[in-house]
Parts: sequence; C-alpha cells; structure tokens
Amino acid sequence: MKTAGQPVPHESANGHVTGEALYTDDLAGRFPGLLHAWPVLAPHAHARVISLDAALARVEPGVIDILTGADVPGDGNTGPSRHDEPLFPDEVMFHQQPVAWVLADTLEAARLGASRVIAKYEPLPAILTIQEAIDAGSYLTDSLRIARGDLSALESSALRVEGELSLGGQEHFYLETQASIAWRDESGAISVHSSTQHPSETQEVIARVLGVPRHHITVECLRMGGAFGGKEVQANACAAIAALGVWKTGRAVSVRLTRQLDMALTGKRHPYLARYAAGFSSDGRIEALRLLLYSDGGWSLDLSEPIMWRSLFHCDNAYHLPAVEVTGRVCRTHKTSQTAFRGFGGPQAMVVIEDILAQAAQRLSLPAHVIRERNFYREGDTTHYGQEVEGADRILTIWQRLKKTSRFDERRSVVAAFNAQHAHVKRGIAITPVKFGISFTATFFNQGGALVLIYRDGSVQVNHGGTEMGQGLFTKIRQIAAESLGVAEERVRVMPTRTDKVPNTSATAASAGTDLNGAAVVDACRQITGRLGPVAASLPASATFADVCEAAYRQRIPLFAQGYYKTPDIHFDPVAGRGRPFYYFAYGAAVSEVEVDAFTGAHRLLRTDILEDVGDSVSPIVDRGQIEGGFIQGVGWLTLEELLWDDNGRVATDSASTYKLPSWSEVPEVFEVNFLERATQPGVVLGSKAVGEPPLMLAISVREAIREAVAAFGHGDVVTFASPATPERIFFAVRRVRMGSGVFTFSVPHPL
Amino acid sequence: MAPATAAQPLEFLLNGSPVHVDTASPNMTLLEFLRARGLTGAKEGCAEGECGACAVVLVADEGGRTAFRAVNSCLMFLPMAAQQEIYTVESLASHGALADAQRAMAAAGGSQCGYCTPGFVMSLFAEHYRPGRTGPCDTLALAGNLCRCTGYRPIRDAALALGAPPDDRFRRRLGQASPAIGAVEIDGFARPSTVEACADILARDPSAALVSGATDLGVDSNLHGRRWPTLVSVEGISELRDFSETTTGVTIGAGLPLTDIGRAWREAPPVLAEWLTLFASPLIRNRATLGGNLATASPIGDAAPLLLALDASLRLAGSGGRRTVPLAAFFTGYRKTVLERGELIAAIEIPRPLPALVRFYKIAKRRLDDISTVAAAMAIDQDTAGRVRRARFAFGGVAATPLRLVEAEQAVEGQPWNEAAVERVQDVIQRTLTPMSDHRGTKEFRLEVSKSLVEKFWWERPR
Repeated sequence: MKTAGQPVPHESANGHVTGEALYTDDLAGRFPGLLHAWPVLAPHAHARVISLDAALARVEPGVIDILTGADVPGDGNTGPSRHDEPLFPDEVMFHQQPVAWVLADTLEAARLGASRVIAKYEPLPAILTIQEAIDAGSYLTDSLRIARGDLSALESSALRVEGELSLGGQEHFYLETQASIAWRDESGAISVHSSTQHPSETQEVIARVLGVPRHHITVECLRMGGAFGGKEVQANACAAIAALGVWKTGRAVSVRLTRQLDMALTGKRHPYLARYAAGFSSDGRIEALRLLLYSDGGWSLDLSEPIMWRSLFHCDNAYHLPAVEVTGRVCRTHKTSQTAFRGFGGPQAMVVIEDILAQAAQRLSLPAHVIRERNFYREGDTTHYGQEVEGADRILTIWQRLKKTSRFDERRSVVAAFNAQHAHVKRGIAITPVKFGISFTATFFNQGGALVLIYRDGSVQVNHGGTEMGQGLFTKIRQIAAESLGVAEERVRVMPTRTDKVPNTSATAASAGTDLNGAAVVDACRQITGRLGPVAASLPASATFADVCEAAYRQRIPLFAQGYYKTPDIHFDPVAGRGRPFYYFAYGAAVSEVEVDAFTGAHRLLRTDILEDVGDSVSPIVDRGQIEGGFIQGVGWLTLEELLWDDNGRVATDSASTYKLPSWSEVPEVFEVNFLERATQPGVVLGSKAVGEPPLMLAISVREAIREAVAAFGHGDVVTFASPATPERIFFAVRRVRMGSGVFTFSVPHPL
Repeated sequence: MAPATAAQPLEFLLNGSPVHVDTASPNMTLLEFLRARGLTGAKEGCAEGECGACAVVLVADEGGRTAFRAVNSCLMFLPMAAQQEIYTVESLASHGALADAQRAMAAAGGSQCGYCTPGFVMSLFAEHYRPGRTGPCDTLALAGNLCRCTGYRPIRDAALALGAPPDDRFRRRLGQASPAIGAVEIDGFARPSTVEACADILARDPSAALVSGATDLGVDSNLHGRRWPTLVSVEGISELRDFSETTTGVTIGAGLPLTDIGRAWREAPPVLAEWLTLFASPLIRNRATLGGNLATASPIGDAAPLLLALDASLRLAGSGGRRTVPLAAFFTGYRKTVLERGELIAAIEIPRPLPALVRFYKIAKRRLDDISTVAAAMAIDQDTAGRVRRARFAFGGVAATPLRLVEAEQAVEGQPWNEAAVERVQDVIQRTLTPMSDHRGTKEFRLEVSKSLVEKFWWERPR
C-alpha cells in the first residue's frame, strides 16, 4: 500500500477548518479555578531593581498572589546554554523585562494588579545597537572563525568589492502567542500544556526552577499555532512561571502572552552587521573573501552561538570560495534575547554573499546570473570548513532547468524592453540559488525517538519526539508509519507530543523533524513488522492486519516497539573550524520578477518560479506548503518586516498594526513551484530531504530583482541598500542611482 | 452615572440559538465571551483587528438584502452583540459534513498550523454566500486575514475553487430579513435609536463615550487597557445609515459601514474603489464608518484626504441642534475637532459635480491592510483650454491633522496643468508640511514622497 508520497491534506486539516483542533489556550475552560498571569514590566532597558512593593497589588480585587524571586524553590535561571537568564532579575537587561508576575482570577485583574506593584529602579546606561556594542566591547561570545586559503588575492584581484551591509531582524509572529497551562495532576506531580518546540527542555527548565527531578514534570504539546524557531527555547520561561504558580498556589495557572507582550518580551531573528572585502577576477570569479559578521544577540546568549556558526557555514551559499576568512561575533545589547528563526543565521550570511556577487556583476558589467553560475560549487569541491559538497551537480541542474521553465533569458529581454519604455516604473528579474546544510550543528542533538503502539484491533498509536507547529511533521509521520506498517493511514493516530512517552528528545528544529523522528518511527515499525511477518505467514492470505495483530497477541508477541535514530557520519571541530557538520545539503533556486515605482518606492512581486530539491517527497502538499510559506516569510523579512526600537530601547513595532507581515498583497501574481525530479536522497527516511528552512532563502531572489529594477533607473551605477527593502529605502535608492552619485564610494570605517 | 432605565438582559442569537447574558462587563469583547463559552474556534491573534483570526459572521442588512458579514470579534464589545445574529466556525459543519468553504480550505492545503484557519473560513464562508455573487469568490474578501505559514497561494486556490453556495440552511437564512438592530440600554452600554436620544444620553452622562464600529476604540481598549464607564453606540440610529445620491450631491450616513458605501454609491467615481480597497481590510470595513474615522481625527486616517479633495461637509447633530461644517474646518488640532460635547457626525455631504479627475494614493509598508505613512488625494478640473479650474491637494500623515493645501491649490488654479504647476505644488509642500519621524517612516521620506506623489498624479493623468 503506497501512502508515502501521496498528496494528502494536513493530518489535522478537518480540525483546523472546524475549529475543533485545540491549542494550549483553548484548554483554559477545562481547568476550574484557573489563574491568569501578567508580568510586572521594567520601564528601562538597563537598570538595577532597588525594590518591589506589591502591597497594593495584593488588595486589588481578584489578585491571588505575586511571584517573585523569593518564591523559587530551585534554581530560578532558565538560560538554555549558559546560566544567564534569571526569571526574576536583580538587574533589568531589556526594556519591559518582567521583574515579577501577578496571578489573578482573570487576566484583567492580573493586569491591574501588575500596574499596582511599585518597583523602584536605578537606571543604568544601555547598549542598543550593534555599533554601540562594538564600541563598548560588549559581546556574548568570543570571535568564531573559519578560514582557508591565501587571502592575498584580496590585494591582487582585478576587482575589489568592499563595504558593509546592515540586515534587520524579524519577529516570528506565530499566530498563536506563547502559552502554557500548568496544574497539579492526579498524582500530585506537575503537568504542563505548553506551546513549545522542545518539550524535553521545557521539562528540564521547569524541574530546575522547582528543584525537583525531571520525572516529576510532564510536558505535553498538543500542537502549536506556528513557531518558526520562536518556541525552541523561548517557551520555557512562560512554562516555568506557570509551573511556579502552581507550586505556590496549588491552582492551575495559565501564562499566555498577549501579542504586545509577546513582541516585547521574546527574542527575534538576529539583526546583523556585515563588513566585507572580496576580490574577483575580471571574469567574475571570486578569488578571496574576508567577512566579518556581527549579530545583535540581545541580553543573553540563548542560541546565538550556534546561530552564528551557521552563518559562518553559509557565507558561501552555493559558491566555491577558494580563499576565505569569515569571523563572527555575537554582540550583547540591552534588548530581547534574539533566538532561533527559520534559517538560524544562514539567511543573513547568504544575503551578504549574494549582495557581494551582485555588486561585482554591476562593477564588471556582467549579468548577475552569469557571475553566480560561474562561481557554483562543482562535484568534488569542498566547503571552506572542509566538507565535501555532495550533490553539488544538483545546483547547476536546478539552475538550468529553472531558467528554462521560467523562460528566464526571454523574460530578461522583455524586462529590458519594458524598462526602455517606462521612465518611472522599472522591472527587474533575478535568479538566485540556495544550498543549505541539514543537521543540528551541535552533533548530539541529531537523535530521534519513537514509541509505536499497536492494539489488538490493528489500530496504531505513534508517539515520537517531534512537535507539530504547522510544518506538517505529523502528516508525514502518519504517512511514514502507515507505509512502514503496510496499513491505511486511517489506522494510524499520531499522538500529541509528551515527555512521558519519548524522553530526552531534541527540539523540533533545524528542518530535521522528519529526518530524525521519521527514521525513529521507521525503526520501531520495522521491529514490529519483523515480528508480525511470521505470524502473517501462518495465517490465510485473507487475514486482515487486525487478524494478524490479534494472532500475534495470542502468540505472546509484543505489539509495540521503541524506535531510535541518530544521524551518522557528522562531526565538527570548532577550534579548527573543520569537519562535516551536515549530513547532506538541500538545494533549490528561485526566479523572481518585480516592478518598482520610483514615485513611491513601492514594488510589486509579479512572478516567482521555484525549483526545490526535496528528495522523494513524502508529502507533496506539505512540502509545497513549506516551500511557498517559507519563501513568503523570507520575502517579508527582506522587503516588509521592519523591527524598530526607540531611543529608550523599547520595541517601537510591538503590534500587528505597526509590524507588518506579508498579506495578500505580497503573494506573487504568478507563483510556480516544482520539485526536482528523480532526486532520491540516499540514507534519509524514504529518500526524502528536509524542507522547513531552505525555501526561506529563495526570497533573496526578490531582493536581487529589486536591485535589478532600481539599477534600471540609473546608468550602470552600483545599487546598494540595507535590508529590509522597504518603500522608503527603495525610494531613496532610486534617487541615488538616478543622480548617479556616491554609489561607488564605499566607506569602510573599520579596516578589516 | 448609571443609565436612566434599569439594566436589561443582553440577548442575541448565537449559532441559531438564543443567548441571554444577565451581567456583562461592557468592556468584555465578543471574542472573550465566545471563548469563555467553549467556542474556542475563534482565536486571539492580535486583539486589534489586523489578523482576522477571531473572525465571526453577523447577519446584516445590505441595502435591503440579507447577507453574512465577517467581522473581527475582538473589536466588538459584547453588548454590541445585542439583537444580532452571530455564527461562529463551530456552526458551519453539519453532522460531520464540512461546509464548502471548509472542505475547500482543507483539500487545498489551506491550513498549516491551523491557528488562523477558522478566521479565514469565516471570511470565505461569508464571501461564498455573498448575495448577487456571480463569478468566482473575490479573494480580496480574505484580505483582512493574516496567515504566517502558507504564503496564501493554497487559500487563494480554495477560494477560487468554490462555486455557487448550496441550497442549505445558510442560503435559506439569507432569504429572510436580517435582525433589526434597535435600542438597547444595559449597564454601562446604551444604543439609542435616534440622534436626539443619543444626544440626551451624552448630555446627561459626561463620562459616556460614543462608539460606532469600535474598530479604533476597541483597539484602545484591548491594547492600551483604556476603559469607559458608559459606551453609547450609534449603531441603532437608522438615520446614520442613510445614503442618498442626487444631482446636487451625495449624502453618506456617518454610521454606514464602509463596505456599504461602495455598494450603495452607484455612480461612484473610479477613485472610490481604489480608496476602499486600500482602506483597512474587509473585516474592518464591515464595521468601520466614516463618522468614526473622522471623529477620531487621526492624522493618518484614510477618509479625510479623499473627502477633503471632494469638498465634503459634515452634518453635525446634537442637543444644541444641527449644523453643517466644511470638513476642511473640522479638524482643529492633533486628535481634536470642532465637535462639542453631546454632538455627533450625522452625515457626510459631497457636492456635485465631482472633480473630473480624482486620485487617492497611500504610502504604506504593505499595500493591503496597513496604516498610512502618507495618504494623499488630489483632484483637478480643467477648462476647455486646459487651465485648472479647481485643484485639490489633501494629505494625511504629514502634519498634526489631515489637511488641504489651499496655497498650493491657489498656486495652480487658472494655470495650465503642467510640470511647472507640479513644481509650484511641490514648493508649497516643501515649505508648509511638518511631518514627523516614526516607525512608519522618517520625516524626510514623508516630505519627499508627498512631493513625488504630486508628480505621480500629473504623470498618471489621462492622455
């Protein structure tokens, strides 16, 4: 029975469209006496807490209790990788950091109670930008570095491109904000419903805060209303507050952030500052690259270090860099602690190399697509960190096929003709590639677990370590399990993720959810089918799966199994900057065409064509959805979504009306998405490939198409602009290029 | 101060069944009420009407026809539901059989995380059953719903896959009258049925606040925690929903939802559709009114620039009687107007003939469902020799109030409409506009793009 590879709708689609699919906050009505929490927010980006006086809050009607540091029985620090995130800080490290939480019968009472807490602060100087952090030497990490080859080409190359690029961050804006409900369960232990990508770590953090062994804590994630990396570690603090509230009051506690609280309190995609110098041959081959990357990590380390590593790994995108030195450092600022976001540092570095190549093309008067193609990795090449680029021939294959199906060359001529006839509206078309490494770069995370239970009637429950956030993992797991067991999908129920079913799991992240958990499910199913095979052989051919299960039970053969998978052959030495951090690479390319209005700086995305290597697709509707959704999310990051902080360090874009994510107007009018055919990926579950993150970076084609369109207003001058390409930035970029001044003068205030 | 009459129970129809609410906080939203009742399909995504995850459907009168109207339940205070008929996502499927909109969304891969999906389904459901719809569903009807996962393509496909609505209980419902939205007076909330009664309440209760569609006031409540002891809704005043079109002018009731203006104005100039499409989103336009938009006096409201360019006047009504004020004299300062205590906007009058050429431009980060960085409306009438007879240049987002650039208008009137005239307008803009920098744009951009829009207006003139 073929179930894998079939275009089936999302496993919960009917629940989604009827409203019956439940999310954490939807469960609130099931907990009598549920308390609601609201934080006491510090009005400074950096300050010492002098005193907290909650007396007035306690008499506010409906207020039940106030949580402060004195209530923590264990270790009140939730830092995931470094011990640097006190739940109740003595020193405020970002604007609106919670210093206490008020618990009340209603959210309104909790909010009013929080406004009655009198907190006194001694304001301290705050560092709010990357440049301020560099000037102050304020860092969260040492310099991370990867290098190879001889950089002297930088001095001798025919063309030197140098400059800096500033990249804005991105708010996750998962539609469901952070949410947890904790209660004391029937056995007296603590149970938690949490919207978390990493239930095991949420469990770990709660146990740490409460000072109890982890077996005392059960965390369940039904599903998430989006996450995108924003719930990989940042769900933990909310869950810890909920659990602490239960510990203190005995009543169930809900911590659900409003949109504004979520945007003010939780981390985002890292803003970056890149400084670069690159040498090119006269035919556009990159000979050497020196790149310095600074990320704005915010107040605590969070995942900023592996995110920066991934930036270093991806500063090549799909291009062979013969000589390179890339250095990255995470700046410490008094802002929210920036965190994982789809692409995990890869996108920022890939935008930079594409920017450098585009500038080189303009300087050399060569089409950008020609320069890009000339620099592709070829089969047998190794990356700057020493990993062979297996499947590198797919880069060129995808490139050539996509150029053909999108009629790229023909449309370039049409665009040029259009531009010749229009003075104030210009079009641009660009093609860009994506190569993205798949695996957690911290090798030990690359493991998955499963527990498959079959009942005597032949119905199946599948438990695994992954979480569902909309990416379709459960849909794929269901197809994989049905395929592995040889049963219809309807027999398979994928269970909500719980720490008491599969322990010590990894975050569902790094695009690896299906690779790791799917393979573990296959392992468990194979054990069971191995046991059932002889049973089935002893039964008439007409025996159903249920008959086989019943017979196996009577023969005292276990109908359940645990499955396990660890990714083989991966390693990385951070000191040497060498290794094989990725099990494989995902490839793709996109062609985008835009139209820019010089009067307003606005652009329209006319058409996008994508060809993506998803291996053998386990679930085509899911995979296409990931490609389209990831692409549009990338378009938002690069053209629309602008995170701004005011002079006091407060997030100025802290709501849906001030922070704009893509809506209908950002969808390309023509949107063609195809999978690379005959693309079986050896060694991965059912020959498939990861698809969660790579498509986001296909959106770089839109940024590059905008650059082409802006350039068409000028006379061959180089076009540069910071990211995102908002109407304001493009409006002024067009003005600059029309005046033809200044664009060749690269200011490099800090020598590289 | 308590209302004069005793509190009444709040009653409405929810998913076909009557609901009685004995005590309701006037500041509770319909969304909070639904979720507390176990109807958790509607979600809170933003609490300010931007994302549409909380969308539900009202049964509304649409120029004599009955229609389903998708609205943001986070921006309806529960008492505003009095006498309404409301459907939530839970009511669409029947005995396990999905409604067409649901089936199409599921089959097309229109849901990923699913959190925004119930809201999309409600917008699509209302569009599917839209009376008089002949072609495919209008995907712009979904422009008030945000999805962070799909990139919208599959949702577009789902909408385009829908044919005519089936002959079912919902379509049959549309064959009957919509509920009458009449007077209500309960604790902390009043919905009078006449302008005079409304003025009376405002006069006797100084703490009372007027509310129309609540698409601005609701945001103030949800996001800023602002509370009002008494809310006075104008939704029950039928006079405020009148629309008339004569040879001398167009009169738009101040309480007519924006959606209805587009439908009612039969001989509307092309600019009306351009403007409405860019004005907030369908979910907002189904509740928001011109009266509300003008009375809030936001410098970035989208109504004022166009109405200024059309020489609109406002009919005001209050306990002191009625008067008419030119819109150009209505705004007196940042968020301030000539409205007196106890006075409300009854109607907007637009004189005819309209200018021969009118355009509306909106600068925003996002084309649809965004707030203006700069909004501009420009109008030109020329005589047979090509000289400007009437020019109007009106801007929002460039000063403390929306404004008309009378000096610029005078600088071009009687002159040929050419590049030199454009430069004269730009010169006035340069000298007189006083924009600020904020998260929507810098003052430099606001100033430069304002000048640029005049050039765009000239460049895009019919030739």
